Amino acid sequence: MKADSLRIGFIPLIDAAALLIAVDKGFAATEGLAIDLVREVSWSNVRDKLNIGLFDAAHLLAPLAIASSLGIGHVKMALLAPFMLGLNGNAITVSPGLYDALASAADGKLDDPKVSARALARVVAGRRRTGAEPLTFGMTFPFSTHNYQIRFWMAAGGVDPDEDVQLVVLPPAYMVDSLSSHQVDGFCVGAPWNSIAVQLGIGRILHFGCEIFARAPEKVLAVRAAWAANRADALERLLSVLGRAAAFINDPAQVDEVATLLAAPNRVGVAPEIIRRTLKGVLRTAADGTSRSHSDYILIGRGSAGRPEPVHATWLYAQMIRWRQARLSSDLLAAADACFRPDLYESAAGETTKSPFGPSDGIGAFVGPPFDANDIASHLAALKVPLYPR
Amino acid sequence: MDPALKIVIVDENPLRAAILADGLLDAGYIHVTRIEETANLLVRIYTLDPDVILIDLENPSRDVLAQMFQVSRVVKRPIAMFVDQSDAVAIEAAVDAGVSAYIVDGLKKERIKNILDLCISRFNAFARLTDELERAQTALSERKVIDRAKGILMKMKSIGEADAYAMLRKTAMKENRKIAEVAQALITAAELLK
Repeated sequence: MKADSLRIGFIPLIDAAALLIAVDKGFAATEGLAIDLVREVSWSNVRDKLNIGLFDAAHLLAPLAIASSLGIGHVKMALLAPFMLGLNGNAITVSPGLYDALASAADGKLDDPKVSARALARVVAGRRRTGAEPLTFGMTFPFSTHNYQIRFWMAAGGVDPDEDVQLVVLPPAYMVDSLSSHQVDGFCVGAPWNSIAVQLGIGRILHFGCEIFARAPEKVLAVRAAWAANRADALERLLSVLGRAAAFINDPAQVDEVATLLAAPNRVGVAPEIIRRTLKGVLRTAADGTSRSHSDYILIGRGSAGRPEPVHATWLYAQMIRWRQARLSSDLLAAADACFRPDLYESAAGETTKSPFGPSDGIGAFVGPPFDANDIASHLAALKVPLYPR
Repeated sequence: MDPALKIVIVDENPLRAAILADGLLDAGYIHVTRIEETANLLVRIYTLDPDVILIDLENPSRDVLAQMFQVSRVVKRPIAMFVDQSDAVAIEAAVDAGVSAYIVDGLKKERIKNILDLCISRFNAFARLTDELERAQTALSERKVIDRAKGILMKMKSIGEADAYAMLRKTAMKENRKIAEVAQALITAAELLK
């Protein structure tokens, strides 16, 4: 059998693991796929190179795949997400200074996001009274779960993320530098960057992403819709290979090998120890060695996490509406929903039943009404009032 | 051609940025500014208030520019990607060359068409230049390795330069390797046997 050649773009983050392991462990070659992995420096590059066909597939921010399909922010290109490379995996990290300010303003334990969100509102109000500059927070892209996580958390405490603080886009690799040079007071970013900030003693992890939303769609394998139709066979094999790689990653006996492979300089390029802890969901949250663990910190294929859930597509579109990136229309909703393809995932994985995992609304926000995929407008209206007024 | 257009080049490679800036100045654009330091990029850009922004694709800060499409308080002047649906060829050429362009919303695309063309050709020229330089450097270092290996052979076997080279060449052909590789192996072996 002649090998099918595929060029696939990725950003060096731990949630690219299924893709990286599929190639480096040889699963792809076994299935007759010759995959050329291309490490990229920006999501804009990944999106553009996927759009114009330089890439056959890409590791992509889940909301960016939808934004592309809707034609918002950039050229319209129908993309499909037939595999969820990762759920969760982000964290909110703040400078030690902001952490102390939040701790003094807190009316309970700061590791409860309801408490920290209220504390943030008090700190923000205090700074306004004294005429101090607004706090600045970094996130990785306008169409990213990081953006929606940090905004949801802020808004829950009554902070308007567009008016009360500065929210800026920063490339993940610059996030840590910006925190140490005090250009930002905190950020929401994926693994391994939060751990690196902690390791350097310049940041404290305030919340894991899964403490804000129990199950948030983070990265997808994205392909052009037209490509998926033309290369259906290669795509099916790719999906099955990703499933096998995800299972390998979740096998406790393979943790060391997975961490070593991902640590390579041309892959994620960070210490194997940080990768091991991330995959286990045991993270140091402060320089003094305090750590926190959550079994759902990052989900790569575990518990059907690889299945693109339609409710997640709807939910991401709802976030775009909430933060004025998109308007609400039935056409756009249909286009967003068409982006996630559990049917392709199931036919490759031989899985047919919907996963029984996770919260009943598919998301599990730490506060507020459950997500209602059938009535986005009412759901968003219910979120307009601060859930925890100061 | 509109000499009054304010153009900002964001490129951490000072040489390439200079080549592009020179090209734009030569073409008659008088407001050309280079940003090499990407800390606080948005603030720098807003201060300059450009009509056109050119950024290299190796720059992670490209994602920072995505924020300029957003409707929010921090964004003062909406920016659009140069290309739209109809410009598949333009976007391919730009990505191929390794550059991306953003323009102020409302600016007619025709007004900056030649800026992008110039940008693409300068980026391509720079890539060719870098390639040639790399090849020249590799050739130079290979030449040095071969010269050293020849010297070792001449001394050990008491033969002339031409014979030493012939030996290297013969071995390389036999082993299906490059002469420089055989020369390097010889140098390593000689070091070990010292």
